[in-house]
Amino acid sequence: MSPLQICLLLSSGLFCVGLAGALSRSNSILVLLGVELMLNAANLNFIAFWRFGPAPEAATGIVFVIFSIAVAAAEAAVGLALVIAIYRHQKNIRLQEATRLKG
Amino acid sequence: MNFLLVIIALLILASAAVAMSLRNLIHSALLLVGNWIGVAAFYLWAGAEFVAFAQVLIYVGAVSMVVLFAMLLTRRGRADAAISPDAARRAVSALAVSGAVAAVLVFAVKHTPLPAIPAPAPSVTVRQLGEQLMGPQAAALVLVGVILTVALLGAVILAATDRNSSEDDVP
Repeated sequence: MSPLQICLLLSSGLFCVGLAGALSRSNSILVLLGVELMLNAANLNFIAFWRFGPAPEAATGIVFVIFSIAVAAAEAAVGLALVIAIYRHQKNIRLQEATRLKG
Repeated sequence: MNFLLVIIALLILASAAVAMSLRNLIHSALLLVGNWIGVAAFYLWAGAEFVAFAQVLIYVGAVSMVVLFAMLLTRRGRADAAISPDAARRAVSALAVSGAVAAVLVFAVKHTPLPAIPAPAPSVTVRQLGEQLMGPQAAALVLVGVILTVALLGAVILAATDRNSSEDDVP
């Protein structure tokens, strides 16, 4: 197997682990972390295609990953703030019990 | 070279899988720190040093601290750790869905003609990255700054609103 294939299989596996975590856990922090894992898998793909792509000198893959990491950090901050807001209203962060929009 | 990549891949996948299946939240968060370190090691392996250090700074340094603080702020003790009756059913269906997605992705990767040339390691210096960010990608950089500012303000407003004093200043 070529290194590019190994990289793609790695990012596919990481994406699926994150997907399983985000779908199966009921703790909303762990669901957020599953989404973070999926974002990391996408970043791995960007870097892999930049490294083994036809024009690695252009550095577009690196620039894209930098922007992606910045957006993921913003997403994590807002998501955890939402978790804390839900906890303040319901004293619980289980997703099944967060069924009301107007607390 | 491939050997190192396989070791890094096993580290990433094992830490992610164990973190997603543990019941102890703190252990999950600490294992995810290991996972992010593994991703940074992959970036180093691929020759993207700047992204590797950004990953260590942002994920291992900042996001993990925010996650740990959120976990400690919202912890309920033993009563919260009760297994809900439909947890096993949801876990089985989640595993089925992710297994199906994994099968599709692996099939696609296996059957796509990819360039098998062992490419020489490209060297992109920080100077080149800075010129990219300040030149062709300057508009995107400004937009990311705006997004980060808005997200920071939104997070502070969401998390810091006090319930008792919020009746007059929050609509």
